Amino acid sequence: MPSTQTLIQAEHVSRDYRLGETLIRAVNDLSLEISSGEFLALLGSSGSGKSTLLNLMAGLDRPTSGAIHVRGQNLAALDSQGLARYRRETVGMVFQSFNLLPRMTLEENVELPLRLAEVDRAERSRRVAQALERVRLGARRQHRPSELSGGEQQRGALARALVNQPAILFADEPTGNLDSATGEQILLLLREIQDTLGMTIIMVTHERPLAERFANRIAVLSDGRLVDQLAMQTGARA
Amino acid sequence: MKGRDLGELAVRNLREAILRNSLTTLGVAVGVASLVAMLSLGVGLQTLASQRLTKSGLFDAVFVTSRRDFRGPGGEGPPRKSSAPPEKFKPLDDDARQQFAALPNVVDVYPQIRFLTDVRYEGNSFSTNVLGVPESSRATSAFDAITGKYFSSPTAEEAILQADFAKELSPQTATLVGKEITLRYAERRAVSSDEISKEPDIDKQLDEMMSGGISIVSREKKLRIAGIIESDPSAGIGGFGGGRVFLPIRVAEQLHAAQANDVQDFVRGGGSGKPTYAALTIRVKNPKNVLQIEDAIKKLGFNAFSLLDASKTLRQVFIVFDMFLGLFASLALTVASLGIVNTLLMAILERRREIGVLKALGATDGDVRSLFFAEAGAMGLFGGIFGVALGWLIGAALTWGTTIYLRQQDLPAVKISYVPWWLAASTIAFAVAVSLVAGLYPAGRAARLNPVEALRYE
Repeated sequence: MPSTQTLIQAEHVSRDYRLGETLIRAVNDLSLEISSGEFLALLGSSGSGKSTLLNLMAGLDRPTSGAIHVRGQNLAALDSQGLARYRRETVGMVFQSFNLLPRMTLEENVELPLRLAEVDRAERSRRVAQALERVRLGARRQHRPSELSGGEQQRGALARALVNQPAILFADEPTGNLDSATGEQILLLLREIQDTLGMTIIMVTHERPLAERFANRIAVLSDGRLVDQLAMQTGARA
Repeated sequence: MKGRDLGELAVRNLREAILRNSLTTLGVAVGVASLVAMLSLGVGLQTLASQRLTKSGLFDAVFVTSRRDFRGPGGEGPPRKSSAPPEKFKPLDDDARQQFAALPNVVDVYPQIRFLTDVRYEGNSFSTNVLGVPESSRATSAFDAITGKYFSSPTAEEAILQADFAKELSPQTATLVGKEITLRYAERRAVSSDEISKEPDIDKQLDEMMSGGISIVSREKKLRIAGIIESDPSAGIGGFGGGRVFLPIRVAEQLHAAQANDVQDFVRGGGSGKPTYAALTIRVKNPKNVLQIEDAIKKLGFNAFSLLDASKTLRQVFIVFDMFLGLFASLALTVASLGIVNTLLMAILERRREIGVLKALGATDGDVRSLFFAEAGAMGLFGGIFGVALGWLIGAALTWGTTIYLRQQDLPAVKISYVPWWLAASTIAFAVAVSLVAGLYPAGRAARLNPVEALRYE
C-alpha cells in the first residue's frame, strides 16, 4: 500500500521549447503530487508532455517556470552537480530503447551507476549480482546487450536502475519496444520489485490497459496539462 | 568517478574504435618520434662536443699566476720593478702549489716545464724542446692516437716523441718504441746570497753575483721511448703544446733543467734560492667546479682565469640549436594533436547517446569531461611511449649510418644521437600535455551535452 507521505510535488511547472520562431509549451502550468511508494502511470498521446514531465521529475531537465520538490528539495534550484547527485542517489531510470551500452557486458552495464557513485569494488560485485538475480538474469551477466533478447535487455536495464537502491524509479515507455507478452512480464517484474523494495514508480505509457492493470493511479496528460487523475484498484493484477 | 574506473573506461572506449584510435595514436607517436630524434641529435652532438672539449683539458683548467705579473682587473696596477718589496706579493712557489692541491675538486696542480735539450740516439744528436706532461692528461683525449703506450707511471723514466721529431730519429717511427734515448740538458742550481757571501774567493763571489746566483751544470738522462704521437697533443693556454719530446712532469721537474724564464724566476724568489713558478695550471674534476676554484684562488691572493666563458657560450649555442630543432619537431606533434581533436569529436558524435545515458545514471559534467580527457591523455601516453621508442630507433639508425660513413673515411665512430632519461620522460609528459590540451575542447563539448537531447539522439 502506498503511504500518504508526499515524495514529489510539482507546482505550476511549465517547460517551453523554442523551435525556430515557434515557442512550444511541452508542459503547461502543471501541478501534481506523488506519494511515497506509489505506482503512478503518466498516460497521454504522443506530444502530450508526459515524457517531458518525467524528465523534469527525474532531474534530466529543468522547468522554465514552477518548482519540483522531491523530499522537500527544489530540483529547479539545484546546480548541475546537485542534479547529477540527485539522479545518482535518488533516481533509477528505464528507457523505451533500453539504452544499455553495447560495448559492455550486462554485468558492466549494471555496475556503471556504482562506478559513478564511487562504491568500492567488493561491494559493487555483490550489489550487481543481487540486482541481476532480482531480474533473473544471473546467468547472462557476461553477455553483451546484442546477445540478449529485447525483454532481457529491458530486465538488464531495470537491474541497472535498481542497483543504486533508488527511492524513485522512472520508466519512460518501458514496454514500447517489446511485444505485449514480454511487456507484461516487465510490468509484472516492476510490480514485484515495488512490492519487495517499496519504491515509488513513475511510468510513462500510452497503453491505457497496461496502466490500468498495474498502476495505483493514472494521471492523464494532454497538451502539457493534467486533464484527469484516476485512482486504480490496487488489486488489479495479472 | 575514481581515477582507476576512469582509466578502465577510457581504455575500453579506445579499444572499441581500435583502428581510428590507433591511427591517431600513431600520429602522436610520429610527432613524438620526430621530436625525440631531433632533440636526441641535439643532445648527442652537445654531449659529443662537450666531451671533446672536456677531454681537451681547456675547460677544466684554471690558470694561476702571481699578481705581480698582471696589470688587468685582477692585478695590482703596472708591473713593479724588481726593487719593489716582494713581500707585498704572494710568491707562486711550492707552498702555494700545495695550498692549491689541497682545495676541494682539484685533480692536479702543475707548472709548465719546457726546456731545450739535445737528444742523443744511436750516436746522432738532435736539438729539440722538452715538455713536462701532467699525470691528469692520461684521462684526456690528448694522447688517444698514440703509437705505443702512455707513460707506465707518473715517475717512469720514459718519453713520448712527437711523430715529426721521431722521423728525424728514424724513418720507421714505430720501431723506436721501447728504445732508449739520452737527453743532454742544462741543470739549474740556484745559489742563495748567503752561499755567495760565504765564498772565500772574492772573484768567484763576484762571478756568482754577476750570474744572478745560478749555476748551470750539464747533465744527461737516459729515457725509454714509451710511445709516439702523431699530432701535437694539446695546444692552448697553459697546455703543453709545442713540445717534441714529452716527459712525465714529475720526472721533468726532478731534472731541474734550466728554463727560459729562470732568471726571472730567480728574481721572483728574491734571491732566496726558493724556486717559484711563472704559472701553475690547476686541473679540476669537472668544468662546473672551475668558477668555485677560480674564486678560491683569487681569495688566496693570486690571479686566476679560465676558458669557462667559451664553454658557456657553447652551451648557449646548443640550447638555441635544441630549441630550434624542438620547435620544428613540435609542429609534427601539433598536427598530431589536431588528429586527437578530430578523433574525439567523432567519438562524441558516435557516443552522444552513451553520454546521455551516463548523465542519466548520475555522471556529472566533470565525470564526462574527465572521461574524454582520460581518452586524450591515454592516446598521448601511448603515442608518447611508442614515439620515444621510435625516435630512439631513428637516432640509433642515424648513429649507425654515420658510423658506417665515418669508417669509410677512416675516422673514429661517434655517437651522434643520445636519448637521456630526462628527454624520454619529458617528451612523454609533453605528448600527454599536448593531448590533454587537444582534448580540452572535445571534452568540454561532451560535458556540456544536454542529457535529454543526447538520449533522444539516434
